[in-house]
Amino acid sequence: MSARSNLERVLLEGRFAVTAEIGPPKSASAESVRKHAREMRGSADAFNLTDNQTAMSRMSSIACAAVLIQEGLEPVVQMTCRDRNRIAMQSDILGASALGVRNVLCISGDHQTFGNMKEAKNVYDVDSVQELMILRKMRDEGKLWSGDGLEVAPELFLGAAANPFADPFEYRVTRLAKKVRAGADFVQTQSIYDMDRFERWMALVRAKGLHERVHIIAGVMPLRSPKVALYMKNKVAGMIVPDAIIERLRSAKDPKEEGIQLCVEQIQHLRGIEGVRGVHIMAMAWEEKVPEIVRRAGLRR
Amino acid sequence: MIIGEQKRLDEIAGMLEGQRRILVAGCRSCVAICLAGGEKEVAVLAESLRLLSSLRGKGWEVEEATVERQCEKEWVAELRPRIEGKDCVLSLACGVGAQTVQAMYPKVRALPGLNTSNMGAPEEAGIFVEKCGGCGDCVLHLTGGICPIARCAKSLLNGPCGGSQGGKCEVSPDTPCAWEEICRSLESLGRLDLLEEPIPPKNWLSARDGGPRRIVNKEAVLSEEQKRLKGGKA
Repeated sequence: MSARSNLERVLLEGRFAVTAEIGPPKSASAESVRKHAREMRGSADAFNLTDNQTAMSRMSSIACAAVLIQEGLEPVVQMTCRDRNRIAMQSDILGASALGVRNVLCISGDHQTFGNMKEAKNVYDVDSVQELMILRKMRDEGKLWSGDGLEVAPELFLGAAANPFADPFEYRVTRLAKKVRAGADFVQTQSIYDMDRFERWMALVRAKGLHERVHIIAGVMPLRSPKVALYMKNKVAGMIVPDAIIERLRSAKDPKEEGIQLCVEQIQHLRGIEGVRGVHIMAMAWEEKVPEIVRRAGLRR
Repeated sequence: MIIGEQKRLDEIAGMLEGQRRILVAGCRSCVAICLAGGEKEVAVLAESLRLLSSLRGKGWEVEEATVERQCEKEWVAELRPRIEGKDCVLSLACGVGAQTVQAMYPKVRALPGLNTSNMGAPEEAGIFVEKCGGCGDCVLHLTGGICPIARCAKSLLNGPCGGSQGGKCEVSPDTPCAWEEICRSLESLGRLDLLEEPIPPKNWLSARDGGPRRIVNKEAVLSEEQKRLKGGKA
């Protein structure tokens, strides 16, 4: 099978993939995206553009992806089910494809009550599993969900999210299997801090043979302070941050350096787990640290 | 049943500004059970309005009436002698009841004294919980008898999402995760196989998205002849 994107090529060749996240700006200027692109060039195989993350309006992920392509980098467009129905979703995919987007991550999205416009109406016409079904049909059959044919089908490398830290734990892998059946080619996980739980999850993934059917990219997020760690633990949906990590940052002389070091150690650990094909680095509002993390983790690009 | 809760007194008072002769109209059905618009609540609200009127010189003349079901014309017809001569009816029924009153008495304003919330059930004393999304295409046979349309904050058909933790929904620690409940129910029913198959995108045409819904039970519809005969008797 020929690769549809650079990310797919890296994964098919069996190289350890690196993806990194870029947060779109609250701005009508894409200058910050260009700045991140220049800083992170060469440090990852593809770059995720979040889609109005935590339900706050930001520059559209597709527009940011187009900017990234102009800068010569490969985007992963995140597309939530919260803000668009199946009509808008398919239209956006056609537009994104025309702009050169190949990697799409299908997610349900944080509920709008997390954001700063809680009074908004949500959409959820389809969920992330159904989004995968629709996009796969567009790609494989060259048809819209309605059955109408497309003159040119989009070439897509389809991604899904998995959260080993959400509950009920024993059914998280069942849902991953569902996403694989629905069309997921790769999976990016929630940020991993509780390594024991992640290892237990991976054991279940392997027991079902899913690691052979989908590329699993493990998520990491460097912590810049014990305060951020506490925030992640208490305020972010579906996140587990063990107290030992908070304590390690609290007792560190230089918490920022400790946070980077911790992230580097996590990546090195994850790399050794059977079935983990890459890492996804989410350095939120700390994107400039990605090249250093990648270098120190020994992931030379 | 339909669950609702009364609007705040200051909001109700604002709606009644400029009105004089007021009928507070309750309903003995759903809204009485959820303690929002039955005979007792009508009495309490009417008394509060009288007190407010005398304190602030509003000049309101407040009467009370409660019918069996304010959503049905037959029962609302009984209100005719009480409504005639009034400036407005403050309905403590659900939105269906208030609209029935307005449709039958087009010259009198029907004002909503209650916010209609959902189709649900009493959970325990004083607590009422949404249960059904009224989507017009029931999926309870696939989801262990728990409605994901109404009870999952994202109406997911392939949950639980990544925000489910400790059995709770990401939107509030007071909200149980419907998909955690679905998993547990399918477990106890021995139907975990139902979690394996992706449920395809739903047809929302039968839901509110297809436009206002109208259900016709042909066998119950009267012929023109039958309508004439019935009209003659009445």
